[in-house]
Amino acid sequence: MKAIKATYVSLVFAFLYLPLLVLAIFSFNNARYAMTWHGFTTHWYHVLFNDSLLLRSAGHSLLLAFLAACIATAIASVVATALLQYRFKGKRIIHNLIIVLIVMPDLVIGIVLLILFSSLHLPLGFTSLLLAHITICLPFAVLTIYSRATDLDSNLFESARDLGASDTTIYLKILLPLLKPALLSAWLLAFAISLDDIIVSFFVSGPSFSIMPLQIYSMTKVGITPEINALCTLMLGLIFMIVGASQLVRKAK
Amino acid sequence: MKNFRTFSISLSWLWLGFFVLAPTLLLILTSVLSKGDTSLVRVDFTFHNYIENFNWVYVHVFLRSLKMAFIVTVVSLFIAFPFALIIARTPPRLRNFLLMLNVIPFWTNSIITTYAIMIIVKTKGLLNSALLGLGIIHQPLHILYSPLAVYIGLIYNLLPFMILPLYARLEKLDDRVLEAAQDLGANRWQILYRIVIPMSMPGIVAGCLFVFLPAMTLFYVPNILGGAKSYLLGNLIQDQFLTNQNWPFGASLSVALTIFAAALIWLYWYSAKNTNKDELL
Repeated sequence: MKAIKATYVSLVFAFLYLPLLVLAIFSFNNARYAMTWHGFTTHWYHVLFNDSLLLRSAGHSLLLAFLAACIATAIASVVATALLQYRFKGKRIIHNLIIVLIVMPDLVIGIVLLILFSSLHLPLGFTSLLLAHITICLPFAVLTIYSRATDLDSNLFESARDLGASDTTIYLKILLPLLKPALLSAWLLAFAISLDDIIVSFFVSGPSFSIMPLQIYSMTKVGITPEINALCTLMLGLIFMIVGASQLVRKAK
Repeated sequence: MKNFRTFSISLSWLWLGFFVLAPTLLLILTSVLSKGDTSLVRVDFTFHNYIENFNWVYVHVFLRSLKMAFIVTVVSLFIAFPFALIIARTPPRLRNFLLMLNVIPFWTNSIITTYAIMIIVKTKGLLNSALLGLGIIHQPLHILYSPLAVYIGLIYNLLPFMILPLYARLEKLDDRVLEAAQDLGANRWQILYRIVIPMSMPGIVAGCLFVFLPAMTLFYVPNILGGAKSYLLGNLIQDQFLTNQNWPFGASLSVALTIFAAALIWLYWYSAKNTNKDELL
């Protein structure tokens, strides 16, 4: 029975990892089209580093994910504080909008933002992508921070207030330092969501600012080049590092 | 930032109101306007777009999407359930490692994995070379650009969304309950059907939702891997905005899709309410 279980788990993992492994292996294959092994080469990595378009799009994706994660985490910490500490009109609506944003299909979010940007006459490009990515990362970051913030001892805030601390001081000097691990998890989650997104970006991106998934998407229509394999392999390495880092964060907690 | 309270409340309202509430209302507004000749929309109120949704051509696409999404969901469930169950019952150390292995394909951009599947299943791809080399087949299989390729792509990309909620439930199973069942003479199958499956129902339903809804809307998977026979709802909506430039019709389809999604989620909420309230999403 144990052997059957081990085999089953291995088979599913094989299914999940086979495509990734194929990409990595064939990025070192010395052939353009063939799917048989023609010897080891780093040629495609050289090609990749000379292909400014593909490389630039990867750089754009990372920059976008970094900025979106930073801004989304910052806004999320403020929104989570408002939800946690204050009573105000429409608090339920804010709560519900966050849930709506999570359950709304990506396709609809993309369209909704496209309609918004076009009615504002905002040209599609870096700004529209950044605003869209912040919006899709925000609810997950808010929930991550909020759920951790509810675990904090509320006496802390009351005693701070009794001692004359302002709301700003409470946010900066008590909440933010105590929520450091939550902010980090929220940032990592937002970074991953931004890097992972295709559908929303598809609707709100323009020719002035190409990002990696869309660049690869348009290249799959024309044909396959092993430099995509090389780029994907580098991206996989990056994901390994992010997942490893988030594991460390979890352990430290 | 003198008054942080006012600042934080305004920021919450501003962002969510401006980027979620207002544009959603704009979408609904667009769906009752008409297609313009020179501009994208013409202010001419009509329900024609919604009536057009019931045109047989589009109903057909919807039914096809339902069928494909259903098959993808069922296959994913059957693959994922034993997998999640086995992982949930391994010793903690190994379990954490296996979970981490799960997360990596989950966070890999799906365009990368879809592209990888394309180079594996294409006519002169890895799969055919391997099968021909092993003498299992004598003619290459034409998988790429067939519905089968789309099934493979969708199941691959959505499988982690089934595994993770199932695992989250199965991990909470109390060993003592299973031992008690065993002591009382239940066999393996009875334990599975009468205890494990009923107790993991919320996870099963959540996993199915996470797979079923995206399966209908991940338009790039059929675009890259499929042919005309796997044109799904997502492709139809995407085309209205980017190829046909019929935004009002696309908006009406999006509203319909959202209502459909909301109905499914409400069903989940409703069914979960009867089991346990605090285990909702």
